[in-house]
Amino acid sequence: MTEKKDYSNQRTFLIDLTRCTGCRGCQVACKQWNQLEAEKTTFFEGEGYQNPPAMSEHTFTKIKFRDYQRHGYNEFAFYKEMCMHCNDPACASVCPVGAFLKTPEGPVIYKPERCIGCRFCMIACPFGVPKYQWSKTFPFVVKCTGCYSRVKEGLIPACAKACPSAISYGSRSDMIREAKSRLQARPDKYFNRVYGMEEAGGTSVLYLSELPFLELGFRKVTARPLPSYTWAALRLVPAVFLTMGGSLAFISWLTHRKERLRREQEERNVREHGKEGQ
Amino acid sequence: MSIVMRILREVHSYSWPIKFLNLLVVAGVAAAAARFVFGLGATTNLNDTYPWGLWISFDVVTSVPLAAGAFTLGAVVHVFHIKKLEPLVRPAILTGFLGYSLVCIGLILDLGQPHHAFNIFLYPNLHSPMFEVALCVMSYTTVALLEFLAPVCEKFGFHVPLRLLRTLELPLIVLGAAIATLHQSTIGTFFLIAVDKLHNLWYNPLLPLQFWTSAVFTGLSIVIVEAILVHRHLKQPDETELLATLTRILPWFLGFYLALKIYALIFLAGRPLFDRPGLTILFFAEIMLGIILPLVLFMTKRSRTDSSIQLKAASLVVFFGLVLNRFNVSMFGMIQENQQIYFPSLLESVVTVGIIAAHILFFALIARYLPIFEHHPEGVDYTIPDRFRKIKKEAVPAQGALGMS
Repeated sequence: MTEKKDYSNQRTFLIDLTRCTGCRGCQVACKQWNQLEAEKTTFFEGEGYQNPPAMSEHTFTKIKFRDYQRHGYNEFAFYKEMCMHCNDPACASVCPVGAFLKTPEGPVIYKPERCIGCRFCMIACPFGVPKYQWSKTFPFVVKCTGCYSRVKEGLIPACAKACPSAISYGSRSDMIREAKSRLQARPDKYFNRVYGMEEAGGTSVLYLSELPFLELGFRKVTARPLPSYTWAALRLVPAVFLTMGGSLAFISWLTHRKERLRREQEERNVREHGKEGQ
Repeated sequence: MSIVMRILREVHSYSWPIKFLNLLVVAGVAAAAARFVFGLGATTNLNDTYPWGLWISFDVVTSVPLAAGAFTLGAVVHVFHIKKLEPLVRPAILTGFLGYSLVCIGLILDLGQPHHAFNIFLYPNLHSPMFEVALCVMSYTTVALLEFLAPVCEKFGFHVPLRLLRTLELPLIVLGAAIATLHQSTIGTFFLIAVDKLHNLWYNPLLPLQFWTSAVFTGLSIVIVEAILVHRHLKQPDETELLATLTRILPWFLGFYLALKIYALIFLAGRPLFDRPGLTILFFAEIMLGIILPLVLFMTKRSRTDSSIQLKAASLVVFFGLVLNRFNVSMFGMIQENQQIYFPSLLESVVTVGIIAAHILFFALIARYLPIFEHHPEGVDYTIPDRFRKIKKEAVPAQGALGMS
């Protein structure tokens, strides 16, 4: 967890939200590839035109709609919500059975056969990505797979394939270079930051946007890899165990020795006392 | 047939509070069964915003420190060798054993794939605080069971295992305390991953140490509450004099915890701190009612002799210092602004009430049939060999020669 890994060759999404038209082709492609059930939705149930209102057990990715005004005109901004495929994923570090795996290709995948259903991953994920199959009696966790089954075979993820304009897919270093060159070429068009470069220690999904990210509904996330927060305490476990056990054992040896010496002294006294008595 | 009749007659002779507890436990078991038939989504108010609810917050995060009396008192009595407190140890160990067993049940109920729980051993992830706690809770439950077996063996006269258990008594206490230290603190580590989620009032890197310290003083306070309630309601001897020793130890831990809290708040916590009035009130309720007030009460001379002050202060520690703190960390402090509020469903509540009722019920029943309270080593000789039975000291001639007279 402490060693520096090279993530520059991992497959990475670059999602340019200024180029997103809100067609939701990615949502449809995702449902088709992952064989996800349709959700019964109501218009305007969530924020603005977005539908369904949130990611769920049936929806791994979702286009968030945001209405805002620019120069007195109504505008739309979009945000494609999905798993960020962190370089050092919190879900993988907290899972007691290691059901999450950061693959060398880039996607973070989930192994349902290992899952015991403690839902710690849902608490840990800073982006709120893992969802639970609340409709099932014995549910699993579900989330965007990064289309690992496609990526492994040399295809690009379903959403990236379906997207007509906004999603590029390639190695992380290429995507970062591309993002930076776009920022440089059109500084007036973009909010000057790449979301996902630093967040949670870096992710395999990068975003460019016109609006500030927090206004679009992105979460503010620390730049330090999340597993390092718990590891800072957990790495002390063996030392704490040995110190605690050792010192308690030593103290009890001391106190019992004191007791034994006292008793021996008493016995000696009794014996001497007894002799005097005879 | 006659055994069934005897059991029925025995059950019939129970007092009405015991019968009422029975009812609550049965309701809890039925609710737990419903959870397995219909699933978590249908029976609880958990959802993707609140993947953890009442069962984790109370049945695990709060119950584990509530059961800490066994390891703290065990260490005080056997390691630090304050022998006169020995009559308090067995009830504490019983509470600990019952508490941990019920934690295991609560944890299994909350798992979505309980039949795969064995995977913990097949695919261990050493980086997971949950793995650490699962392992520790399992091993500690085993240790607590072994500690609890002594009165069982005494009752039924199993002499050989009893001899083994007595030899192992001290190593088990030391091992138990070391294991308990680990998981009590690691439950705090759980919430270290919730950066940017848990509110600054509670999030700080010292959370594991705070959890351990509060578990220690809660363990001692629970022993006080339990001894006084048992004296008042189960007609057991008054132990106020023994409890006075605990009231002298408690201020040290309470004071250390208070210092930790203040230090973490000033130097380690993120900002802003007091931006949410509701959370601020909860935080100060925890500090004022749960730490400072009992600290003051335990420092008064009267708390050494007045059992009602002991009970009051210890209950404050338990309810505000611990239960409120654990709910603040695991539930209230995790709620983001403008987020929907979670209330446990009826079924969730019935299960949790059932678990609490089961604890009290089993405690009362076990205390009724096993030598839990009669463990006064100053009056009874427990040394082996003595044909492995309790023999009054006066009755043994060999011991009489050694007597103090």
